[in-house]
Amino acid sequence: MSVKVLTANRLTDGEAVWLGANGEWLDHIDGALVARHAEAAAALEEAGKVAIKSNLVIDVNVIDVEERGEHLYPIRLRERIRQLGPTVRLDLGKQAEKPAANAA
Amino acid sequence: MYRYDEFDHAFVSARVEQFKDQVERRLAGELTEDQFRPLRLMNGVYLQLHAYMLRVAIPYGTLSSRQMRKLAHIARTYDRGYGHFTTRQNLQYNWPALKDMPKVLDELAEVEMHALQTSGNCIRNVTADHFAGAAADEVADPRPYAEILRQWSSMHPEFSYLPRKFKIAVTGAERDRAAIQVHDIGLHLKKNAAGEIGFAVYVGGGQGRTPMVAKKIRDFLPVEDLLTYTTAIMRVYNLNGRRDNKYKARIKILVHETGTEELTRQVETEWLALKNSDLKLPQTDVDAIDSYFRPPHLPQRPEGWSALASARKADHVFAAWVDQNVTPHKNPDYGVVTISLKPIGGIPGDATDAQMDLVADIAEQFSQDEIRVSHEQNLILPHVAIADLRIVYDLLLTDSLATANAGLITDIISCPGLDYCALATARSIPVAQRISERFADPARQADIGELKLKISGCINACGHHHVGHIGILGVEKKGEELYQISLGGSGDEVCTIGDITGRGFSSEEIVDAIETIVDRYLEIRTDKEETFLAAYRRLGAAPFKDALYSEAADAA
Repeated sequence: MSVKVLTANRLTDGEAVWLGANGEWLDHIDGALVARHAEAAAALEEAGKVAIKSNLVIDVNVIDVEERGEHLYPIRLRERIRQLGPTVRLDLGKQAEKPAANAA
Repeated sequence: MYRYDEFDHAFVSARVEQFKDQVERRLAGELTEDQFRPLRLMNGVYLQLHAYMLRVAIPYGTLSSRQMRKLAHIARTYDRGYGHFTTRQNLQYNWPALKDMPKVLDELAEVEMHALQTSGNCIRNVTADHFAGAAADEVADPRPYAEILRQWSSMHPEFSYLPRKFKIAVTGAERDRAAIQVHDIGLHLKKNAAGEIGFAVYVGGGQGRTPMVAKKIRDFLPVEDLLTYTTAIMRVYNLNGRRDNKYKARIKILVHETGTEELTRQVETEWLALKNSDLKLPQTDVDAIDSYFRPPHLPQRPEGWSALASARKADHVFAAWVDQNVTPHKNPDYGVVTISLKPIGGIPGDATDAQMDLVADIAEQFSQDEIRVSHEQNLILPHVAIADLRIVYDLLLTDSLATANAGLITDIISCPGLDYCALATARSIPVAQRISERFADPARQADIGELKLKISGCINACGHHHVGHIGILGVEKKGEELYQISLGGSGDEVCTIGDITGRGFSSEEIVDAIETIVDRYLEIRTDKEETFLAAYRRLGAAPFKDALYSEAADAA
């Protein structure tokens, strides 16, 4: 079932980040705060508006993900590539930092 | 090459200082993103999927070795050790941090470079024939005029907030290597019957979601009128271009909706008022700029011909590289060398810092300290003695820069696509890589002959797919990547927009589909002299559609 998380890019370096359950912006999607119903998704939207004002992140978006065991799997390829890095340069991006499933 | 004068230095330094302050205020929270975004874009700073991207302007694609070494240094110091040469003759860094941008711009300014007007609704980096000043078929060097346009358009107060971005390209040969007819303004430098230099002026070309071939609105414009006439065009566009709809805001839509005849009338009327204004170019000013682009002194090197003949005989791979990647120079003892940034299976347009340094070293020693960036995402050494071709080739070989495929099917233009770009809807680089691998065999490529294959990862068409002999457009459909094929496009002097074949192909199918098209071409061409484009123009899309879709139907 599709659920939602909040993602953005960090202001200082543009790195993709996700809003964690503790309110911190995380470098990896696993651990992101998951909205499982409409009210929670609306709360994420609100959190996004606040986040923009906080000047920590930019380009804030709510995205659809699937819960696969302990991992979160973005529905759109675009978000899977953001989560990992360029599919043509596996030595770059987050995929270079830790083992992860192939984006494609 | 052009050298900055005091005004240029002061101008660029002031802009760097201004942006440094803006970045500091943004990081301190004094500017919101909404306030900062247009400011960073004016300085070439985009946000992509994984990081910021900095687009560095390379005016008319010309670089010195010193500048190339600086680009390598920035890649190494502030990025991840590489850069991406684009179809706009620019360089993009994919990973710089915002906090480092002012330092990067400082470093660029040290070598007379910047990132101004590489984004935003202004007149962008002026592009030109990448063989300018060297090609045997050139009538006149387009770069002095591109430089005049650059100076005139930089931070032009009247044209900094146009309805949409604006791109000008200049070519100086009958053979159009700068794709001028798919630019907002295309200038074709030529001689009239009296032997005077002037321009044929094209307006309203472009790619993107509404591809259009530019209309010629003047057959011969004297050089002295370059800025008055360009200003007249800009004024008509600035006043009448649509600001209500981003997708209809380019001048091509204005030309289309107004009609060429009426638009020309409006431009000519505007021009009458400007023709004898201060913008009229005095010959002394033209000569002053022209002096920066005087051809280098090239000593006669006739010994090269016999050396080349021997080297060719001894090494057929070298011979193939010479045949494919070396173009005739004005001076018969010299050649124009295309350094392919398209190794088989590689990422089109990417170069590592080490490769950039190597090219800089080679250019310094063997090409009069000059390098060009082509809109086809390759690098050019414009002045290499025939006698030095073998040593240049050997040096290029040391870092995978001697692929003999210029103009062949593996010399693919590809935008960054969904691997990097925030606007992309599908990946383009992996498709380019797989096609390159499929057609890797040099003998097969040579047999296929000239074939320009261009791939874009979204409708904005940075990969120039509309003017590819074979064009591929990647889109997202029902959550999957889907690739649409167009055929018969061409960005040269006989400019055409490609025809879409029909339904698109999945990522798994697309390489087979391209091979099907190429195989059909090989079957139906009259002989090896008939290129893919010529065969398409003779026969139209039918045989290719038949091959593509009847085979698909058979397979199903």
